[in-house]
Amino acid sequence: MAVRFYQVGSFAVGNRLANRSDRTVQSDAERANSLTSGHRACQGCGEALGARYALDAAMRATGGQMVAVNATGCLEVFSTPYPETSWQLAWFHSLFGNAPAVATGVAAALRVKGRGDTRVIGQAGDGGTVDIGFGCLSGMFERNDDVLFICYDNEAYMNTGVQRSGATPPAARTATTEAVGANPGNPFGQGKNMPELAMAHGIPYVATATVADLHDLEDKVTRAMEFRGARYIHILVTCPLGWGSAPSDTVRVARLATQTGLFPVFEAEHGEVVRSSPIRRPAPVEDYLRLQTRYAHLFDGQGNPARPDVIAHLQAMADRNIAKYGLIEEEVSSS
Amino acid sequence: MTVKPFAITLEIGSSLANKTGSWRVERPVYVDRLPPCSNACPAGENIQQWLYLAEDGSYEAAWRQIMRDNPLPAVMGRACFHPCQTACNRAAVDETVGINAMERFLGDRALSEGWSPEPAGPATGKRVLVVGSGPGGLSAAYHLRLLGHEVVVYESSPLPGGMMRYGIPSYRLPREIVEGEVARIESMGVRIVCGRTVDDLEATMRDEGFDAAFLAVGAQRGKHADIPAGDSARILDAVTLLHDTEDHEPPALGRRVVIYGGGDTAMDAARTARRLGAEDAVVVYRRTRERMPANVEEVQDAVDEGVRLKWLSTIVGTEGDVLTIERMELDADGFPQPTGEIEELRADTVVLALGQEADLSLLATIPEVAVADGVVAVGADMMTARPGIFAGGDIVAGARTLTDAIGHGKRAARAMDAWMAGHTLERPARHALATPEHLNTWYYADAPHAVRPRLDAARRTSTFDEVVGGLDESTALFEARRCMSCGNCFQCDNCFGVCPDNAVMKVDEAHGYRFNYDFCKGCGLCVQECPCGAIEMVPEES
Repeated sequence: MAVRFYQVGSFAVGNRLANRSDRTVQSDAERANSLTSGHRACQGCGEALGARYALDAAMRATGGQMVAVNATGCLEVFSTPYPETSWQLAWFHSLFGNAPAVATGVAAALRVKGRGDTRVIGQAGDGGTVDIGFGCLSGMFERNDDVLFICYDNEAYMNTGVQRSGATPPAARTATTEAVGANPGNPFGQGKNMPELAMAHGIPYVATATVADLHDLEDKVTRAMEFRGARYIHILVTCPLGWGSAPSDTVRVARLATQTGLFPVFEAEHGEVVRSSPIRRPAPVEDYLRLQTRYAHLFDGQGNPARPDVIAHLQAMADRNIAKYGLIEEEVSSS
Repeated sequence: MTVKPFAITLEIGSSLANKTGSWRVERPVYVDRLPPCSNACPAGENIQQWLYLAEDGSYEAAWRQIMRDNPLPAVMGRACFHPCQTACNRAAVDETVGINAMERFLGDRALSEGWSPEPAGPATGKRVLVVGSGPGGLSAAYHLRLLGHEVVVYESSPLPGGMMRYGIPSYRLPREIVEGEVARIESMGVRIVCGRTVDDLEATMRDEGFDAAFLAVGAQRGKHADIPAGDSARILDAVTLLHDTEDHEPPALGRRVVIYGGGDTAMDAARTARRLGAEDAVVVYRRTRERMPANVEEVQDAVDEGVRLKWLSTIVGTEGDVLTIERMELDADGFPQPTGEIEELRADTVVLALGQEADLSLLATIPEVAVADGVVAVGADMMTARPGIFAGGDIVAGARTLTDAIGHGKRAARAMDAWMAGHTLERPARHALATPEHLNTWYYADAPHAVRPRLDAARRTSTFDEVVGGLDESTALFEARRCMSCGNCFQCDNCFGVCPDNAVMKVDEAHGYRFNYDFCKGCGLCVQECPCGAIEMVPEES
């Protein structure tokens, strides 16, 4: 009987009632585990989780025929302290700023050697992507090199002690944007919107995702591997250390980033948005901010707003995303 | 020997050598919590478990799971007042799971497919008497038979079923359903002797060689109120009305019927009166509608069928067809107090539904068995003060529902089995309750827009005989899959997926998962993202 109502629908990792093909790669006991146990990431690390989610999906999509090129950053440091490594795939590390260029080179070398069926993924944190590696990345985009570049965005330089990056959101406290006096933390009106910068290059595929929606993340990685040319996926990954959230709240915080509208989840092809993920349970930005001590200066000790002006500013940003990307579906009139 | 620089002298190693489990101060452990539905079920059904089985269409396995606790699923799927649904955690998400309708679906399927119960256990040589073939007696007989005892049921009425037959009108519980489930119990070798009244329990046990007895004679006599009544007033009690209607000899009620009382029997009497032709059936009750003990759904069904409710009223006298009614008001403690305001109401018949009491004269020769206010004193094992004599159902203290009686029967059967074997029964400790705080309801699918109206319609469809219809198969599957499996793993793979350290391992389909504590850092993400609250963090021993 074709009853397509599966108790946990497509929200949970697996589902014994659904066909195997409708379950996630992560639900498979035989998944690649590209990033295996024993790595030195913090408790509840969102980046370790996001990297395994993305690379396992890519491993399935490519049948294991792929190479990953990694910039310097947390992901490299915690996974590969010499001589041990957690990577269970062909993996390449060079420098902080040149991962996109190295990935381009790997793709070119494979093509020359007649191994064009082996796919290349470049990956970096937000520092390596939006700041230090940006020049190389923009070049990779404009040449439309055959690389999927993934940014694991934890919104600051976490590895070196939580310094501000071009991806740090307004009002967030970092070691270099302390909330002192009337200063709200990281100033408003700065930073880069990397997914939109990628789209502006007109590359075949750009998408955003989070560790809170696994089905969506895997679908996007799989979709990205259907294209040739430059592709970009920007994955929001919670950082319990830098954000000051509970390690157990990693998925919850990322989910609230999407449900408040602060982090819009969408796909774009050739520079145009083709689909966005609607908000399922709308929440005010306060619900998201309150869980993170990097925003503690916006509240008094009891969780009441101490800086309603700053919170309202952040809410306005969320509302703008909701309108821009159509994140809240129009009410369907009931008959 | 060539001296190599340090950076290329070491063999490549795996991080698996790095046992990050040493970071941990708390560890996750899998737990089974008691779902609120099972916690609320007087029959002790493992509801989450049978819904789990039904979710993938394993209807027979689901039915067999019910049958471990309750031998009358098709009956209870209709007549139970489903405290399980009142307790259901899904109410906080959208709407409670239709457990009662699912039980009926499975019970009906068992009858139509002819599924047979588990066979009786190996013969123990013990012989047990059950007095009364209502839900309590049948439950005890069934469970005793499963345990291998020879069981004889004596029933004073001409047909078995007790209050299932003589107390609940057929529009709520069709008789072929009762007969089907009773016949199934008989097929296991339970002997039911109808028309046999036990007048002296002690003599019967002695003369016929019973090792133990379970007494479940029910509360068959309607209580009477002391209403000053003239000769011409026509007064009868609700139990008699329902009983005689079942025997196809319904009393003549007239056009205007007043039912006095606010319980379920009052509603049954009022709805039966309507079906017997009463144009005006009025329930007179001394407190408010909110305080009526009757089940709210049955009150609504009665109102929908045209029954009128007159609350805050007592009958103070009757003469001819004129009732004198005094208006009441509730005092600060919620007790009704007379106001002195009098009005008149005309009625051809007054039906008293003021509760029932038991005829316990069969215990007269066993003085140590304490009987007070029509209630037999029993212990937690349902045994009376006379070893070997157990009692349950409406004659012991409790809620006096069918489901409670079934629970009594099960509990008594297991205690009798232990007593006859010469030991006492240890009841396992209950698991901690699964509360809404344990759940992460994000993961449960919204019941799609297309689903809700279908469910609602199926629950309410009327047929000529039975008021409430059953679920079709696809609707039943939808309904089962709305269960959130509170407190019990249903293998959604979330823990396996969300662990940043790959420290959750799949055992197999039947046994779920286990933690690899070599690498678990104790972040607690699995606990937080477990939809059903089947994992908890416990401190590491230092």
